[in-house]
Amino acid sequence: MSTTPAVEELAGLSATTLLRFATAGSVDDGKSTLVGRLLHDSKSVLVDQLEAVEHASRSRGAAEPDLALLTDGLRAEREQGITIDVAYRYFATPRRRFILADTPGHVQYTRNMVTGASTADLAVVLVDARNGVIEQTRRHAAVAALLRVPHVVLAVNKMDLVGYEESVFARIAEEFTAYAGELGVPEITAIPISALAGDNVVEPSANMDWYGGPTVLEHLETVPVSHDLTSCHARLPVQYVIRPQTAEHPDYRGYAGQIAAGTFRVGESVTVLPSGRTSKVAGIDLLGTPVDVAWTPQSVTLLLEDDIDVSRGDLIVPSHDAPATSQDVEATVCHVADTPLTVGQRVLLKHTTRTVKAIVKEIPSRLTLDDLSQHPSPGQLVANDIGRVKVRLAEALAIDTYADSRRTGSFLLIDPADGTTLAAGMAGESFATAEATKSVEDEDGWDF
Amino acid sequence: MTTAATSSVSEGSGETDSPYALSHLDALESEAVHIFREVAGEFEKPVILFSGGKDSIVMLHLALKAFAPAPVPFSLLHVDTGHNFPEVIDYRDRAVERHGLRLHVASVQDYIDAGKLKERPDGTRNPLQTVPLTEKIQSERFDAVFGGGRRDEEKARAKERVFSLRDEFSQWDPRRQRPELWQLYNGRHAPGEHVRVFPLSNWTELDVWQYIARENIELPEIYYAHERPVFSRNGMWLTAGDWGGPKDSETVETRLIRYRTVGDMSCTGAVDSDATTIEKVIAEIAASRLTERGATRADDKMSEAAMEDRKREGYF
Repeated sequence: MSTTPAVEELAGLSATTLLRFATAGSVDDGKSTLVGRLLHDSKSVLVDQLEAVEHASRSRGAAEPDLALLTDGLRAEREQGITIDVAYRYFATPRRRFILADTPGHVQYTRNMVTGASTADLAVVLVDARNGVIEQTRRHAAVAALLRVPHVVLAVNKMDLVGYEESVFARIAEEFTAYAGELGVPEITAIPISALAGDNVVEPSANMDWYGGPTVLEHLETVPVSHDLTSCHARLPVQYVIRPQTAEHPDYRGYAGQIAAGTFRVGESVTVLPSGRTSKVAGIDLLGTPVDVAWTPQSVTLLLEDDIDVSRGDLIVPSHDAPATSQDVEATVCHVADTPLTVGQRVLLKHTTRTVKAIVKEIPSRLTLDDLSQHPSPGQLVANDIGRVKVRLAEALAIDTYADSRRTGSFLLIDPADGTTLAAGMAGESFATAEATKSVEDEDGWDF
Repeated sequence: MTTAATSSVSEGSGETDSPYALSHLDALESEAVHIFREVAGEFEKPVILFSGGKDSIVMLHLALKAFAPAPVPFSLLHVDTGHNFPEVIDYRDRAVERHGLRLHVASVQDYIDAGKLKERPDGTRNPLQTVPLTEKIQSERFDAVFGGGRRDEEKARAKERVFSLRDEFSQWDPRRQRPELWQLYNGRHAPGEHVRVFPLSNWTELDVWQYIARENIELPEIYYAHERPVFSRNGMWLTAGDWGGPKDSETVETRLIRYRTVGDMSCTGAVDSDATTIEKVIAEIAASRLTERGATRADDKMSEAAMEDRKREGYF
C-alpha cells in the first residue's frame, strides 16, 4: 500500500475545503483537454475509466484515446461528439476538494453555462491564444459577471502554438481584464497555459519563465472560498417546522433551514417575514449539537423564545436588518425553456422556500451579451435569451438584490401548467457596474 | 503589464480560508440535509430507497440528523433481488427496528414466482429490479424517491440532476432535464409522475467513507476484510451461493476479501483486501487505481451505455 504524504493526507480526516467551479470555453478552445488534464494529473481518472475510453476510441477507429469520451457521458453526446449538458466532476488534492461544473461551450447552450455558474465560486474562461478574445469569450465573461461568480480565471490556452510569447499573453490578458473589469468581475487571474503540453495546468511551465503567477491548479487550491460574512444581511428561509410531539420533546418547535446568508446568534432579536412578528433566538441546533452562532451555508434549526406562527416559506431575519417586502420585482432573467416567455404570462415564482403566483407585467429589454447592448421591449424572451423583466406577485416577498445575496436574490419562474422551469432570475441591477446602455437595431436577430 | 498578470480588487489568493469556511464534509452534509428538508416540505409521500449498502446507510443517517429530535418523516423501500447478503438483510432489519421506521419491500423473487419476470441466463438479477421498483412506486403513490446515487460513480450519473423528474413510466430522459439553478430545486410534477432525489450527488466514494468514519456509523461487516469462500468469474470474486455459482469450471477458494459496494450477490464482486478497520479502508480507497463500480460491478460492463440505458427505463 502506498504511504506517500499525499495519500496519507487524503486518507486522513483533515478538514479540507470545497471549491465549486465552472469551466467555459468555445468548442475548439481545448476545454476537454484542460478538464482531462486536471482530472488526469490529479489522479482522478482511474485505470478502468481510461481502459473504457481506450476501448471506445478503438471501436470508433481512432488511433489515440479520445479524452472527450471521459466527460461526454450520454449516448447522444458521444454519437455527435459534442457536450450537450452540464456534467459534474469531482477531484481532490491534499489541499482541497473540487466540484467542477463542466459546461458545454456550444453557443446555443448559454443556459447551461448559467446553470453551472449559478453555484460556482470561480469560473475558468478559456481562450485560444491564436484567436484572443472573441465574441464567445465576452459572452462567457458577461455570464460570469451577471451570475456574480466571485473569481474568474482567464486561461490563455495553446501557448505552445504561439511560441510561448509573453506579448501574446499580455495583450489578451489586458483586453480581457479591461472588459471583465468593466462588467464588475471582482477578481481576474490570467494564466498562460498549454492544456495539451501540460504547461501551467498542474506543473509550472519550463517554457514560460517570464510568467511568475500560479498554475491553474495552484490557484484553484488557494483561492478563498468564503469571505467575511459578518457584514452580510443574515437570512434564514424556513424549510420545515420540526415538532416531535414526543414524551421526550413535548414542546420542541424548531424552524429548520439552511442559512442563506450571514450569521445568526443566540439572543439575537429576529423578525419573521412576511408576518413581521418578532422574537429572540432562544437556541440554535446545528444538526443535533447546540451552538451559539451559525452561518451560511450551514443547515440549522432555530428555536425562538416566543411561540409565534412560523411556517415553511417564511424568512427569519435580524430585526435590525429586515428587508422590505414587495409585490413587484424587477430582475434580469435567463430564459432556460424552449417555449418563449411573454408579457402577460402567468407563472409561478419560486424564491428560497416559497412559491407564489406571478404575472409577467413587462419585458423592458433584451440583452446582447456580445456587446452588452439592450434591445428595448422585445415582447418575449426565447431559449437562452437574457433580458430584464418586471413581475407582479400575488403575495409580497422579501427578495434581496442579487448583488447583495446570490441566494436570496435569485428565483425561478415556473410554468404552472406542467412545472417546467422557465427562467432563472436575478433581482435588482444585472451587473456590478453601470451597464452599457448603447441601443442598436435588432437586425441580425439572436444567435444564442 | 507585469508577468504575474493578477488583477485583483479583493484580497487576492489568500493562503488560508476565512474562519467561516466549512470543511468539505460539513459543506456536503449541510447541502444533503437541505435537500432532505426540501423534499419533506414539498412532497406528500416520499420514500428512501434503502439497500443496506453504505450510501443508503449514510442517507438514513443524514435524514435522522435533518429532522432530529423528531423522527424521520419518510418510510424506507428495499428492492429485494432475492440474492442478498444475509449480513445486509440483518443490518436492514435492525436499522428499521432501531429507528421505528416503516419498511416497504419490492421483491424480484415474487415477480419471478408469479411469472411476471424471467430469470436471465446469466443469473444476474440487478436489471430485474426496475419493474418491481417502478410498480411499487406507482402502487404506493410515492411522489419523491430518495436514491443514494452519486455522480462520481459513472459517466451517465455525472449528468443526473439532484431532483430528477420521472414520467408515469419512471423513465429518465437526459435531454429533457430541468436546468438546476442555485439551490432552488423544482419538484413540481403531475399526478403519476415522481421525482428521484439524490442527496449524495456531490459526494465521492472517499467522502462517504470519511463521513462514515467521522460520524462513527456502523456498517454491515462485509465492507471490512474477512475470509469468505469465493470463486472467480469475469475477473471478479463472487460469493458462492445457491443463486447460481460456482458453475462446473469454477472453483471455490477461501480468500481475504471485502466489498466496496453492496448489491445483488450475482453481480457484486469482492476485492482482495486486508482492510479490517475504517482507517485501513479509507487508505485503501485513496490508493486504489480502480473506480468503485469498475472494480466490483458486472452489470456496468455490459455495454458503453449500460447505466444510461437502465436509468432511462426507470433504474435509479
